[in-house]
Amino acid sequence: MPDASPIPLDQLIVCTHCDAAYTLKRPSAGERARCARCGTVLITPRRKAGLQIIAISVAITILIIAATVFPFLSITAAGNTNSVSILDAALAFSDGPLLALALLTAALIIFVPLARVLLTVYVLVPIVLDRPPARRATQAFRLSEALRPWSMAEIFALGCAVALVKISDLADVAFGPAFWMFAGLVVLVVAQDNFLCRWSVWKSLDKTQTS
Amino acid sequence: MEIAGQNPDIISARELGVVACTRCTQVWPAGTSDCARCGSKIVARDALSLQRVWALWLIGLMCYVPANVYPMLQTRTLLSVQEDTIVGGAVELIHHGSIGVALIILIASVVIPLGKFIAIAFLAISVKRPSTVSKQHRQILYEVVEYIGRWSMIDIFVVAIMSSLVQLNALAAVNPGRASLFFALSVIFTMLSAQAFDSRMIWDLQTRRQRSDTQ
Repeated sequence: MPDASPIPLDQLIVCTHCDAAYTLKRPSAGERARCARCGTVLITPRRKAGLQIIAISVAITILIIAATVFPFLSITAAGNTNSVSILDAALAFSDGPLLALALLTAALIIFVPLARVLLTVYVLVPIVLDRPPARRATQAFRLSEALRPWSMAEIFALGCAVALVKISDLADVAFGPAFWMFAGLVVLVVAQDNFLCRWSVWKSLDKTQTS
Repeated sequence: MEIAGQNPDIISARELGVVACTRCTQVWPAGTSDCARCGSKIVARDALSLQRVWALWLIGLMCYVPANVYPMLQTRTLLSVQEDTIVGGAVELIHHGSIGVALIILIASVVIPLGKFIAIAFLAISVKRPSTVSKQHRQILYEVVEYIGRWSMIDIFVVAIMSSLVQLNALAAVNPGRASLFFALSVIFTMLSAQAFDSRMIWDLQTRRQRSDTQ
């Protein structure tokens, strides 16, 4: 298409996975725009998504803090009892060279999810309120996106199930309150991730900055 | 498909003379070096991408060997001390009858990591020379690799939970073994390797070949 280059740059959308270029046509709420070549979802706007995501984020923050502090699992065998919180589980590797692993585990299951949620709230609240974006909002959202693969709460949840089965013939296992909080947390984290339309967020960060 | 191209022959941004920011998807004229919207570095095609992929891939593979040789878990009970490697632990579980859990462990710690090494190597080779596997399938393979790689961390979390939970004084104690560190490093480096791969390269070959077909 030799006549395509005069199209203004903001009328173009490019698939970041396969580099296919399209002229922009905004899907209406609830619809999804996919790349015709590789199928990547490009735009997925939702009505009131911003408010829903903020609400979910607040819930996630409370749950992460609570789930970290309260006892998570407890086991009993022949009169001996031991109960641990998620923080204890993360810090299990605390001797010698395994300390690095302890910090890493704590980061992957607690701090990265928490950081992502806080950054998302920081970016979205001004957008939802139709205010100019918060200071350094673009950097905040960029960091949040970069951290995305490193947020592993849902993997930790499946890890719990596996560990329970492994332990169950060694001792009796009981769930603490934090276990159920964490279960709810995983559902919310996944929901939040699916509600968020990156393209729309970037668009609103951009619009408010240039005008 | 709300934004189908006007032409079934989809053109790439590079042919249009524009380049898109891979982080925020904003489009800029070709040659732009920094995205003015989000501040990311912009590269039309990362020439060093494959080198980074292979370097990280190799580190991941090197860490995967000690991860399987050293014990992952040390179980101390009243009578005995037992050290299990990843595969050894899974075999133990099968003997105890928990075949389902053993399968999860085997899939997450053996099948997925090995599959990832093969898949990344295949993708990196396939952008350099013609491949019989279609671009769509390779794109799907890349996305599966990117999505599923994180799940290998599950074994680390299992070890973490068990070794913090099973601390019953003299009765029984579970402690993490050296392999856990290597295994975590191996997962991290293969994740970084997959991220370093620029999937747009899969499609470049297609457009190049189509052009030469039509000429």
